Amino acid sequence: MATGVQRTVTTRAGNTAVSVRGLTRRFGERAVIENLDLDIAPGQFVALLGASGCGKSTLLRILADLDRDVSGEVTVPRKRAVGFQAPRLMPWKKVWRNVVLGLPGKPDKERAVAALTEVGLAHRVDVWPKVLSGGEAQRAALARALVREPDLLLLDEPFSALDALTRITARGLVDEVWQRHGCAVLLVTHDVEEALALADRVLVMQDGKIGYDAPVEIDRPRDVTDPEFQRLRGELLARLGVH
Amino acid sequence: MTTTPERTRVQPPPSAERTPVDTVTLVSEADRRPGRVPRWVLKTVSPLVLVVLWQVLSSVGILEDDTLASPLTVVQTAAGMWEDGSLQSAVITSVVRVLAGLGVGLVAAVVLATLAGLFRRGEDIIDAPMQMLRTVPVIGLIPLLIIWFGINEEPKIILVGLAVTFPLYMNLYGGIRNVDSSLIEAARTLGLGWFGQVRHVILPSAMPQFLIGLRYALGTAWLALVFGETINATSGIGYEMNKAREFFATDVIIVCLVLYAILGLVADMIVRGLERGLLSWRPAFSGR
Repeated sequence: MATGVQRTVTTRAGNTAVSVRGLTRRFGERAVIENLDLDIAPGQFVALLGASGCGKSTLLRILADLDRDVSGEVTVPRKRAVGFQAPRLMPWKKVWRNVVLGLPGKPDKERAVAALTEVGLAHRVDVWPKVLSGGEAQRAALARALVREPDLLLLDEPFSALDALTRITARGLVDEVWQRHGCAVLLVTHDVEEALALADRVLVMQDGKIGYDAPVEIDRPRDVTDPEFQRLRGELLARLGVH
Repeated sequence: MTTTPERTRVQPPPSAERTPVDTVTLVSEADRRPGRVPRWVLKTVSPLVLVVLWQVLSSVGILEDDTLASPLTVVQTAAGMWEDGSLQSAVITSVVRVLAGLGVGLVAAVVLATLAGLFRRGEDIIDAPMQMLRTVPVIGLIPLLIIWFGINEEPKIILVGLAVTFPLYMNLYGGIRNVDSSLIEAARTLGLGWFGQVRHVILPSAMPQFLIGLRYALGTAWLALVFGETINATSGIGYEMNKAREFFATDVIIVCLVLYAILGLVADMIVRGLERGLLSWRPAFSGR
């Protein structure tokens, strides 16, 4: 690559949670993200859709400061948390220690218990992560994210490895904690209905840019049978190339 | 979506025409276990049979005392050695040598493997010579060690130290390099710095592999000690064994071999205990 690697992830206080200008990320010759602009308001729930390999996970990784091999300007809140597709709990730490891992000071069990209680895992505080079911592990990972009181919560297909019933519960839980914490959320997903059930705004990534950006103005709790829901669903599926 | 296929209802054949289904009855796991004999009984019986056979062969005169002393003679000899104190002092001398050697090797291996595992520059400088030196049989170094360190405790301790350094190094280095990168990434998003990642992710994740190395190292430690003590020593289990050889005292030799075996077992038990304590997070497959 001709251009040098710039350190572009900076933080500042302001009235946007995320501000991206002219972001480009190349893998070899191929630009997965090219000259992308994006703003996310504080407290806004944004769903990012896109065909597989379109760069939506790459964008999330850049916002999470896991990938700095980029050019452009990226501003994100200092307090961020990430939920991955897999729970990524440290198997050698009890669940509660996982939750408070990385927080400054001595591991605060009360704080961990409070966070675990919020996600309905109060009975799993003292067990090893390997004992948890898939849904429980994902909820523990959510508690670990929330305990940091983030201004931006980045979720990378967090429900895709869960079975259909657990997914519905987990989705409801994310909705609930978002309303309570009021943090901005960027949810990367391939599930149109999931995006419409949760988000204030849906984005579709295409050719390395945000190709579609629309508000979702449906009253909560949302109903799949709502005509507006149906209309947006059809539009998004068409955008994603599914007919 | 051009034409809808014609729907036909598939009727199951009348019961008379159906071929009978071949079924098996699944019984509970407990009932399928071989026999009702507790496992510890089975584990004890087979060694006992061997010892009894050995005693019988000795008693009828097929095995002579100069070839192999009988189990009873061995037990009497061990009691005698215990009474005159030679057994205890030999064991203490040998155990101290192994512990000292293990300590030296452990420090060397942990320092080298951590540097080579955590830093690319460390890998470049340390790993290549370690991989080369690893192929040198440690026992072959005895003549050099004698020339360098004489015939006191040092060459024996260093021999044990060298013998344990390599398996410990290999396993710890491998363990560090096998860390799941997705966990490192998660740790970064949690705000853990480099030291935090090493402490909370890399080292705990390398622990299982390190303990395998420790177990293996203890095995080679005893082996190195046997060689070190048989070649030139004035005390220790190997020395007793060597002295016994001159008098065809096969009973003493057997006592010494049993001592080595017991010490090896004790060492193994300690590592297993460590594994149980340190790796309790890992549900293990314990066999059928």
